[in-house]
This record gives sequence, C-alpha cells and structure tokens, in this order.
Amino acid sequence: MNLARNFVENFPCFSIVLCMVAGILSTPIKGNHAKRITLLVVILVTCMSAATFLYVASTGTSFVYTMGKYPAPWGNEIRAGVLETMLATVFSLVMLFSLLGGMDHVFKDIPEEKINLYFILVDLLLSSLLAIIYTNDLFTGYVFVEINTIAACGMIMIRKIGRSLVAATRYMVMSLIGSGLFLIGLAMLYDITGHLLMENAHLVMNQLVQEGKYSVPLLVIISFITVGLAIKSGLYPFHSWMPDAYGYSTVSSSSILSSLVSKSYIILLIKIFYRVIGFDNIVNSKIVDVLFVFGLAGMVMGSVGAIMAKDIYRMIAFSSVAQIGYVYMGIGLETEAGMVAAIFHILTHAITKSLLFLAAKGLNNVSGRKRVFYALQGSAFRNPLAGVAFLVGSLSMVGIPMLSGFISKLLFATAALGAAREKVLITLIVLAVSTILNAIYFLHTVVRIYTPVHVPEEFKNVHVRVSKGAALAVFSLICMNFILGLLSQPITDLIQVGIAMFA
Amino acid sequence: MGPNLWANIDEVAAVILFGIGFTTLLLHKNMIKKIIGLNIMDTAVYLFLAAMGYVDNRLAPIVENGVTDVDAYINPIPSGLVLTGIVVSVSVTALMLSLTIRLYRKYHSLDLDEILIRMQKEELT
Repeated sequence: MNLARNFVENFPCFSIVLCMVAGILSTPIKGNHAKRITLLVVILVTCMSAATFLYVASTGTSFVYTMGKYPAPWGNEIRAGVLETMLATVFSLVMLFSLLGGMDHVFKDIPEEKINLYFILVDLLLSSLLAIIYTNDLFTGYVFVEINTIAACGMIMIRKIGRSLVAATRYMVMSLIGSGLFLIGLAMLYDITGHLLMENAHLVMNQLVQEGKYSVPLLVIISFITVGLAIKSGLYPFHSWMPDAYGYSTVSSSSILSSLVSKSYIILLIKIFYRVIGFDNIVNSKIVDVLFVFGLAGMVMGSVGAIMAKDIYRMIAFSSVAQIGYVYMGIGLETEAGMVAAIFHILTHAITKSLLFLAAKGLNNVSGRKRVFYALQGSAFRNPLAGVAFLVGSLSMVGIPMLSGFISKLLFATAALGAAREKVLITLIVLAVSTILNAIYFLHTVVRIYTPVHVPEEFKNVHVRVSKGAALAVFSLICMNFILGLLSQPITDLIQVGIAMFA
Repeated sequence: MGPNLWANIDEVAAVILFGIGFTTLLLHKNMIKKIIGLNIMDTAVYLFLAAMGYVDNRLAPIVENGVTDVDAYINPIPSGLVLTGIVVSVSVTALMLSLTIRLYRKYHSLDLDEILIRMQKEELT
C-alpha cells in the first residue's frame, strides 16, 4: 500500500517529463505518428493527473516531490495539492478534446511537413502548463512561462498566412514585455529574501513584513510580478493581440490558447499571491484594487468589442477578454469567496471557450468557410451538432441555470456581497451590465444560426462530415459544462480545500 | 540617498538599462530595434542578478586549492540563474528573428505599422 502511494507521488513529475520525451520522439517521425504519440501522452497525463487528484483528495494533504532528493532550500521541488491536481486534470482533458475536435483542420491548415512540429509544440505546451501548475520554485516557474510563450507563439505562426504572422508578432512582443517585468520582479524578490522555493521565500517575506523592512522594494516586486503576469494573460488594456491570435490560428490552437495558456499565468499569479507573498500582504499593498478596476473595465470593454466584431471568431476572442476580466475582478474582491469564484470561472471558461471555438469552426465549415455573420445564417441546420454545441456554449457564457457559466456568475455575485463596501455596488452593476452585453452578442448569433434560410446553391452539395473524434470531443465538452453546472457544490468545496492547502 | 545610490551603482545602472530596453521593445516600430530592446532588457536583468550575487574580495564559486570555506566564495545561485536566463533569451531572440524574416519576406518591411497597413490592403484586394 505504502509502495503504491509513493508511486503516485511520482506522477506529477512523470507527466511533465513524459510530455517532453514525447516532444523529442516526435522530431524525426511523420505527422501522423506524431499525432498518435501526442494523443496517447495527453490521455496518459489525464489519467495520471486524475489518479494524483484522487490520491490527494483522499489523504487530504498536499505532498512535495523533491527533484533528485536534494532537500529544501537547495533542491528544486514539485508540489501537488487538491487544486493543482484538479486543474491539471481539467486542463489536460480540455487539451485532449481541443486536439480531437480540431484534428481534421490541423491536417488541412498546416503544411504536411510541418505537422509533426505542431505536435511537438503541443507536447511542450502541455509540459509547461503542468510545470507551471505544479512547480514550487519561482525560477522554474519563469523558465516554463517562457517555454509556454514560445510554444504558444509557434502554434499561432505555424499557419503561414499574413494575419497569423502579424498576430504571432504582436503576441510575442506583449508576452516578452510581461516576462521582462516578471523576471526583474523575481530577481528582486530573490535579492531580498534569498530564496527561490516558495515556502522559504514566504517565511522570510513574513519576517520582513513584521519587521517593517524593505517595504518599498516589496511594493515594487509585487507590482512588477502582478503587472507582468497580467500583461501575459491578456488583462484588458493589454488585450490587443488576442482577437487576431485566436481568430486566425488553426482551431485547435485557438481553443487551447484561449482556454488554457492565458489561464496558466493567472494560476501562477494566484500561487505567488498565496504561497510567496501572502494574501494579506497582497491586500495591504492595494495591487488587487488595480486588478479589480482593470478587470471591471475588461468585462465591459471586452463585451463591447465582441458586439462590434464583424466575424464569429473575433467575437469569441473578444468574449475571452471579458472573461479574463471576470477572473481578475474575482481576485480583486480581496476575499476568499472571490478567489474561489475566480478559480471556478477559470474552469468554466476553459471548458466553454474551447467548445465555442470548435462549434464556430463547425458552423463555418458548412457556410463556405466564410466567417462573417450573414454567411452563417441557418448554419445550425446544416451542422446540427455544432449548432447545439454553440447554443450550449453561448447559454453557459450568458449564465443560464444548469450550465457552468451560471454558477460562475452566482459565485461572483455572492462573493461581491461579502467584499469591502465600496466594491459591492459597482461589482454587481458591472456584472449585470456585462451579462446583458454577453446576452446581446451571443444570443444574437444563436438566433442567426437558427434562422432558416433558403439554402444557397453553393452549399447544397456540402457534405457535413464530422469525424468521430470531433463529435466525441464536442459531446464531452458539452457534458463537462453540465457537470460543472450541476455538481458545483462539491467542486467549489474542493477549490476551497485547495486554497486552504496553499497556506 | 547619495551614499546608498553610490553603493548600489551597478543595480542602478541595471534598472536604467532595463527601462531603456523596455521602452524600446514596447514603443519602437522597427522589428530589429524591438529585438535589440528585448536583449538590452534581458541583459539588464542579468547585470542586476550578477551585481547582487557578487561579494567584494571573494572568489568565483569553484573549489580551488582545497578551500571549502563558504566565506571564500560568492553566491553561485545568481550566476546559475543568469546562465538559465541567457538560454531563455537566446531562444526567444531566435524566435523573434525568425518571425521578422517571415514578415519581411511577406510584406517587405520591418516597420510594424507599415506591415499592418500592407496586411489590410492585401486583404481588401
């Protein structure tokens, strides 16, 4: 029994290494084989993450895995608690479904000799996502943040059209600015604490705060790290790269990028807030108020951008800007309930946004590959599965009961009531306004795709061939949406337990 | 303020360089200059780390002549971080340069604004 337990504790490290090995193995082989290896690895990682999750949930404590058995404060560590393992499981599932759902397009959009490169990027992306989620060491976090950025940029630029090149460039510039700030923040943090492991840095940090030392550098560090990661995750004024990057890359890339990559930075930020700087110190530094204001602005401006958007992908991409705004608003409420809501929304958005991108691609396929709204009229009848998927995704984002988006909004509203007094009213008002705006553009699109039209000659002979994998992916994402919506109580409880384990 | 500033002159220089690199990366229109800005910014961080890790009158952290006393050597971790950081910035620079080459081949310009204009024109035609 003990042996089995020890074995499970290796899984987080295994899964990170496995992805990297898969990336290396995929280098010399053909695209088709690389695809199989990648899918196999993603499934294995999902199983291992789920097993670790069950293990951690049953023991009720987190565990630390020391790399190479060098003890703290010298060695490098991986740490797995309920929250980390749950996020890893959901993320790898979403990755699997995004890949399955967009697989046909990967082979269409990308030149044949580059397909294995695409899967290498996917492997590296998954390994860096997992490493960011699990790591207990700040500098390791930075290195994997950069690997994540490079892989994501490659996934945008691998489709050789002008738009995606420009989008990749803008993404890269914004990301590098964010990483630069994050790196100098880390360098300063190391200078005043002398540690890179989160726990040790946290101990020194508490001591410094109690003695009132280094208060100005501490503020600078907190702002550099927070602003750097916020820029990387695309918080409102820094979102300009998002619509093109998500709108013009191949559909698997856009759903992985929007639902996972930008979230991983937020998760790292939350980890640093709790495990390094301490949430009380963060609240005292007032930096969360800045996040709160920009989050609120993003919630409204993202939705306005989505209403103005002329094509369906840009609309969904702008909706991501709004959803990132929700998450930062939740963090900015300065309460644990707000943080739980933010993390729940990360899960909701990961599942829903990938579903929406896959559905939009399905609708676009049966409309002569036109992305403008008028061409999509009645497309839900031509591709029923994509229609239903888009409907479910939209309703979830708008916040209809039974779906996960409703629970997110409910959690945000409840958390807002428990926040500082000056934040209550403004949060509720912006939440309501943003919901109405969401409803305007999503339901408008739903109505349009379900408006019957006389089928134009050119589409009559279009055969909708949905591969089994894609259908399975879309169906599973719909189910996950319902699961998150109907079983919200145990999940929020788990998130609470996970946050408690952070301390 | 004065003596403190003088004692930490390396760090001050590093932060000024960081600012120069940061603004160049953010505001310059030319891709190559952006990349130069990126490298200045990253190098500034390495200068900062190296300056903080250095202790006067101590040796590089390589055991020599059997001296194993900790006080004889400087802190090796910042140097390790600098090495890792250099690897990261080299790969990022390579990626940016390859993007620049592709953009130049497609739009015959290094100016990001010009590229955006040409991209939109191309789509209209």
